Parts: sequence; C-alpha cells; structure tokens
Amino acid sequence: FAGAGGGGCPWCFSQVKGAIDEDVAEADIISTVEFNYSGDLLATGDKGGRVVIFQREQENKSRPHSRGEYNVYSTFQSHEPEFDYLKSLEIEEKINKIRWLPQQNAAHFLLSTNDKTIKLWKISERDKRAEGYNLKDEDGRLRDPFRITALRVHVAFPMDLMVEASPRRIFANAHTYHINSISVNSDHETYLSADDLRINLWHLEITDRSFNIVDIKPANMEELTEVITAAEFHPHQCNVFVYSSSKGTIRLCDMRSSALCDRHSKFFEEPEDPSSRSFFSEIISSISDVKFSHSGRYMMTRDYLSVKVWDLNMESRPVETHQVHEYLRSKLCSLYENDCIFDKFECCWNGSDSAIMTGSYNNFFRMFDRDTRRDVTLEASRESSKPRASLKPRKVCTGGKRRKDEISVDSLDFNKKILHTAWHPVDNVIAVAATNNLYIFQDKIN
Amino acid sequence: MSQKQEEENPAEETGEEKQDTQEKEGILPERAEEAKLKAKYPSLGQKPGGSDFLMKRLQKGQKYFDSGDYNMAKAKMKNKQLPSAGPDKNLVTGDHIPTPQDLPQRKSSLVTSKLAG
Repeated sequence: FAGAGGGGCPWCFSQVKGAIDEDVAEADIISTVEFNYSGDLLATGDKGGRVVIFQREQENKSRPHSRGEYNVYSTFQSHEPEFDYLKSLEIEEKINKIRWLPQQNAAHFLLSTNDKTIKLWKISERDKRAEGYNLKDEDGRLRDPFRITALRVHVAFPMDLMVEASPRRIFANAHTYHINSISVNSDHETYLSADDLRINLWHLEITDRSFNIVDIKPANMEELTEVITAAEFHPHQCNVFVYSSSKGTIRLCDMRSSALCDRHSKFFEEPEDPSSRSFFSEIISSISDVKFSHSGRYMMTRDYLSVKVWDLNMESRPVETHQVHEYLRSKLCSLYENDCIFDKFECCWNGSDSAIMTGSYNNFFRMFDRDTRRDVTLEASRESSKPRASLKPRKVCTGGKRRKDEISVDSLDFNKKILHTAWHPVDNVIAVAATNNLYIFQDKIN
Repeated sequence: MSQKQEEENPAEETGEEKQDTQEKEGILPERAEEAKLKAKYPSLGQKPGGSDFLMKRLQKGQKYFDSGDYNMAKAKMKNKQLPSAGPDKNLVTGDHIPTPQDLPQRKSSLVTSKLAG
C-alpha cells in the first residue's frame, strides 16, 4: 500500500475538521484520537477538556461519495480546570486519553481522562418523544388530579435525533502523579490507569476503590531513575498487561502471579552498544507509546527516533526497527534546547497488523508496511486537501543537494507535530491530528 | 519469529547490516551534538536522565504561594519593589516570592470545540 512503483500512493484526502485560521487557541489543540471497536465512531479530546465524537455516514446510493464521511455526532465538556489547594497543584483539563468500551447495548460508552480523574461517559440517542401523559399537560404543567377521569396511554412520536452525553462514573483521587494511560481489559469489567510511578486496577462499576498493581516509587525519591510512560492490557489475555519506561524498557506483568506486580514476568530491552552512548541516549530511548497488535502476538513501541515491533516470546531485542526520522539525530542539540526531544509521539497498527503508522514533524506522518517492507512519508496539509486527491509522498533531504520536491531538514517546522494518529479497526481509513485540525484519509478503493 | 527474520535478511541485504551501518554513522552526529550542547551549557550534569530531570517532570503543575512569606516580604521591603517574576513564571526559586498577580489566570474553556463547528 505504501505506493507500488508507478501506481502512485493509494491514500487520498477525505476530510479535514477544525478552524483554518493561523492563530491557534491552546484549548483547540487535539490531545487524543480514538476509533471505537467498529470504527463507526471517532472520538477526539483536546487541551480545553472537550470531547468531540464523529460518526461515519451510512452508505447512500444516491450520494456514493458520501459513504464513509465522518460527521459530528456529539460534543461535550469532559473535564474542567481544577486547583488542588491542599497540594498547591494546578490540574489541567487536557484530555490525555480516550478509550472506548466494547458496545453492549444501544448506548456507547467511553473512558476519558485528564492528569488526575477518569470519567465514564454514556452517549445515547433519543429519537422519540412521548405525548399524552396522564399527569402532565402538553406544556408540562401538572394536571389537577380531580380533573382526570380517563386513563390514557402516551404515544411515541418521532423527533429529530438528539444525542446526549452523561457522566456515569467518576474515578477520582487515586493518582498522586500524572495519568498517562488508561486501558480497558478484555474482560470488559475492569480497566487500568497508569501515572508516572503507579498503575491502578479499577472495576467499571466501582468508583470508591481501586487496586494498586504496580508501584515503582522508590523509598527515597533521590534514587528515582525511571518513570512509567505508557501501559496497556493484552487484547485477549485478561491477566496480562505491559508498561513502558523512560529508560526504553518494557515490562510484561501477569496479575495471576501476585497482587502487586512489581516483579515483571518478562522484561524487554534492546541491548545498547556502550561505545555509542551519549548525553542524549537515555532521553531518546524513552518510550512514548506502547501498543499490542490486534493478534496479541506482538507489541509496538515508539521512542523518539524509531518504532520497534517486539515478539512477546522474545525479550532480548525487537524483531523489527523502523526509522521514523533518523535525520534528526544530527539536530539533537537544538531539539533538546527547544524541548522537542521530549515530544511524545503515539503509534498505531492497522486492522490486520500488516502496517503501522506514527507521526513526525512538519505535519508529516509515516507508514510502514511490514509485509512489503516499504515505507512512505505523507503530509497532512490544507494544500493537498482537495476531495479524493491522492497524497503525494514526501521526502526529507539530508545531504547537500536538494531535489525539487524535497524538503531540507532545516526547513522543517517543528511546531507542526503529529503526535496522535488512529487507524480504523477494519478499513483503510486513518485519522491524523495536526495541532488543532483533524484530517481523515482513505484509500482509493473506497 | 527469529527464523522468519533470518529468512528475510538475505533478500533484503540488510535488515540488521543496514541498521548497524546507520548506527555507526549515527554515532558521530550524536556525539557532535553532545559536544555542541556541552559547549553551550558547561555546567550541564553528566546524567541527563537522573533524579533532577525526573523530579521536574513529576512536579508539573505545582504552584507555590505562602501567604506568610508574602506578607513578611511585603513588610520587610516596605520601600522597595518586590522582586517580580522573570519571563518564566512557572519557576519559583530563590528570592522570588510569588504574588497573586504572578499566578496565571484560571482559564475557562466552556466554549464549544471548533471541530464540532
């Protein structure tokens, strides 16, 4: 798919959401993107604590090209800014992660979290209204009971679809440090939340109790050497989860072995060549995201310069390493000075686990086809956003001679970072968050 | 899985070989970058991933205000100006006493997202 020879890149622009103006309000910066299990719903969270959910349009014979378009379904304020007076701590309303629950009835449920509090939201549809109540008039006033002489059954009339979001559970006060991950278990009853030093296990029905399953806080904080950066439950084995660290390691834990999983069952780390160690080594090895494959056989990690695929059966080294933007290695000094070296990029698998995607700078994002070993760099920009326009692969030039359509490393815009991307669970549809805009791309076959 | 990797290597001339070469060439740029950084900031500590750096990450969002300190400072420096916050208002160090004016204004973001517009 990454562009077979003369066939051209199969990815086409589909839609872009968000304001066009140059002045981006901080609240509008998208901080998380997630498809639900069927791919019919696409949720985004932003720095202003708001959630916007898009729904895919059904196939329509009279408008064949509208099939697969995502339109606004619901939007609500999930979290608000808070101040913890006891600890003198400002709590941002920024939504760090959204995770959908598998659908069990007509309503949809999702978990959204900021730094401190996780909330379970119910999104339900109302498309009927009732008329003919016994005790109320049509305008809502109570009827005088003595005037009621006959019994009547109310009738349901269709009304314009109304989508309501309501908070059903609030899971608060369980994290001293900042929550970076939430992950729903395959048992559909529990989920985990991870902060810098601890991981907690929750039951979706119970908000006043949480079990601590990982605690890496040292007795003496001066001895702190690493923090937890991401965590996820295994897609099928409800007793297994992994968590990654700022030192580039991944630990797999089995909750059957003990109540507190401080001792890992498996430890994944790629051996480092000591002669190549530099001041930046540890910082760029910090893992910003970890994702299991849909099959559950592999997991993928994202560090600053690469994406690695690990076989869960082999702890000694990854089975694949894909360079995202190796040309940045000779820019590490300035990337450290402007803090970009601490940017946390996410990564994702396609539905069949045959391809992976991650973001980069200059609104570029990268896709790697694991079968053909091909990779491609694409750009999310308003310039290439004509309906169904094919995306043109981009190339960054590192050497002296720059070809006409290449861009040099020094011209890259490091303020345009694509940190969040999502891939439809079944189809070749991707959602890419570029600061305050959400781009949706589809492959030509659609 | 490791078997699969070995089978694919010959066809590709270098899954690992290429990576090795890249890494060897990569050592020089990374070390050069390190030298550049040390030249700019000679006092930079040896261990970047150490305790100080992580502590700063854990303390994100911390805003300190001590009304006692504030009033004492005001009383002591009746005739002088209180040292005001530098460009980085989030850094509270040394003699600087945070004042109510220094604290960033609480934002209210109860406006609908432009994605939904």
